[in-house]
Amino acid sequence: MIRTPLRPLARILTARAKGENPDAIERENIRLRGEANRDGERARAEGRLLMMGLLFLAAFVTVGARMGTLAASQPEEPQLSDTAPAILAQRADITDREGRVLATNLVTHALYAQPPMLVDPERTADKLIAIFPDLDRARLIKDFTGARKFVWIKKKISPEQMQAVHDIGDPGLLFGPREMRLYPNGSLAAHILGGARFGAEGVNSAEVVGTAGVEKAFDGWLRDPANGGAPLTLSIDLTIQAAVEEVLYGGMKLMGAKGATAILMEAHTGEIVAMASLPDFDPNDRPAPLTKGDASDSPLFNRAVQGVYELGSTFKVFAVAQAMEMGLVNPSTMVQTASPMRVGKFKINDFHNYGPQLSVTDVIVESSNVGTARIVQMIGAEKQRQFLDQLGFLQPTPVELVEAPTGRPILPPKWSDISAMTIGYGHGLAASPLHLAAAYAAFANGGRKVTPTLVHDIGHRPGERVMSEDVARRTLAMMRAVVTRGTASFADVKGYQVAGKTGSADKAKPTGGYYKDKVMGTFAGVFPVTDPKYVLVVSLDEGSTYAAGETRRTAGWTAAPVAGEMIRRVGPLLGLRPEEGPSVLEGIQLVKASAGH
Amino acid sequence: MRTLIYLATALAVMGLAFWAYRVNYETQDRLGDLRALNREIASLHEGIGVLNAEWAYLNRPDRLRELVNMNFVRVPLLPLAPEQFGTAAQVAYPLPEGEAGGEGGAGLADVAETIDVISTGADLMPAVEDGQ
Repeated sequence: MIRTPLRPLARILTARAKGENPDAIERENIRLRGEANRDGERARAEGRLLMMGLLFLAAFVTVGARMGTLAASQPEEPQLSDTAPAILAQRADITDREGRVLATNLVTHALYAQPPMLVDPERTADKLIAIFPDLDRARLIKDFTGARKFVWIKKKISPEQMQAVHDIGDPGLLFGPREMRLYPNGSLAAHILGGARFGAEGVNSAEVVGTAGVEKAFDGWLRDPANGGAPLTLSIDLTIQAAVEEVLYGGMKLMGAKGATAILMEAHTGEIVAMASLPDFDPNDRPAPLTKGDASDSPLFNRAVQGVYELGSTFKVFAVAQAMEMGLVNPSTMVQTASPMRVGKFKINDFHNYGPQLSVTDVIVESSNVGTARIVQMIGAEKQRQFLDQLGFLQPTPVELVEAPTGRPILPPKWSDISAMTIGYGHGLAASPLHLAAAYAAFANGGRKVTPTLVHDIGHRPGERVMSEDVARRTLAMMRAVVTRGTASFADVKGYQVAGKTGSADKAKPTGGYYKDKVMGTFAGVFPVTDPKYVLVVSLDEGSTYAAGETRRTAGWTAAPVAGEMIRRVGPLLGLRPEEGPSVLEGIQLVKASAGH
Repeated sequence: MRTLIYLATALAVMGLAFWAYRVNYETQDRLGDLRALNREIASLHEGIGVLNAEWAYLNRPDRLRELVNMNFVRVPLLPLAPEQFGTAAQVAYPLPEGEAGGEGGAGLADVAETIDVISTGADLMPAVEDGQ
């Protein structure tokens, strides 16, 4: 660019010659140069602004376009994350305390039809009936030829059935993948597990919802994807549960009982190791609940948790323990036991007349109603109510089953002195066997309240103290005497030092009064008494046995032998070593004896 | 000089473009592999689930009990009983191999004494044979 000089010589000379001021020329030139400069600057600034505008436009268009694609596209899992995503949409498994599977999922298929696509509806219906004989032919043909566009045929089919349906070859028959809940052990622990069914159903998937038991109580947890497929570990032990159910079933059949229940619980933690209720059912094929009649006649009824019964003499130890805790009696205090005892217009009878007086220990060993009623008289009704409340008898058990709240104890409408006395020996207050097990656990763990639970290892804290350690120990000693020389002698197992108490309660008629020949026989016990670890409650509904010349219905003849056999079977499985180990010589004899068989 | 720089830049751009193209396709290949692997893992997981379920089904206590009953003649298995707990004293020590020297010798000799209780039974055998 050629710069114009500020003082061009030619013009200055000309101006001088004309007598003008040459500085005017310079100023004019400076002004022109300034204007030119300004125009240039403006053009550049405009250019920059334009550029900036374009850049911003491009940026906004990019962001907008990205937002648009994100909003319009299907969400997709990130593919490049190193760690496998810990999210599983499956319902979590349920395992026992050793990790053995109690409930798991299996992939199957559901069969549905789209009638407009069916080539030959009648032939297809016939072939389907050949595969699934339980289908209704008339209904299928009506569905296939009617106006329906979509028909579910079967919710779960096996791979063989699926192949057979494939072989029909009709394009209107279609399959949807399904995850079904499987209980591989069949009816084992059926009442605990409950069952599951399909909830909302679509073609590509269906949600599985728990219907009862832990499946329903933990439904939210089991379906929570954030658990990453971690199983729900129950406190149940599969092998012990199987042994308990086997022995209980044998005992129920032998004693001709119509129902039975057994609970084995860890005394210190309240973890339920085994809990059985018979008759039971298969959770893979859960029967429909009864719509009329007595709910307890249905196999779905969990006698251990839902069944509330008057538990009879098993309650006597509570009265004695409380009296000892209050310092009213000690094991050798003599109590009047002359039978019958008259209280107002009521009469309290004993099974036999035990003479004018018995020691407190013998009141328990001989199971004297009169003696217990006298002890309760000393305690007083209100204090008794408080003690039973502390032990958990006034509320439903807090165990993790949906059915638990229905096992609400039946209490007397007014806790009068006379009802306190009958409650003292186990009549007038109906509670579930699980209540009883939890309360007996307090004796076994040195006097602390136990909360029954079905979940393994969740940091159990010791419960509040309900009685002193000394009282718990002395009560156990009495219960041990019941087994060594009292009503529960059939529950004794060599080496396991069983302590316990039997209870036989006449069943209440729905119309009022009691049946003469229907007895609920219960054994509640603790073993081994030297270092109590486990609580066992066995209850037989209407059991009886013919022995020594007469039909016997008391728990000492029905529930106690079943409990004894159960402890004998379960003890070794629990890893309990018999206390009086067989001597070397016995061992040799045993080997020879079994070799001889 | 300037031409050289332009040329070099153009070549570099082409080189980078080629590199980016290759990396892009390689990434897509790897993503495809990953997808296939994930699918395989999912199906293997499903397989493990089925096998676990089958294992649990085959090991259900009912079936094991039936199997034990069926094969009782060949393998007489009975439920574990409390009498089957033994003591360490019931287990025979192995006989010392040759002569045990040093401090252990005395202990082993003591053990041999204890086993004598059983071997008295064995001693009867030659006596019976003698009698024949």
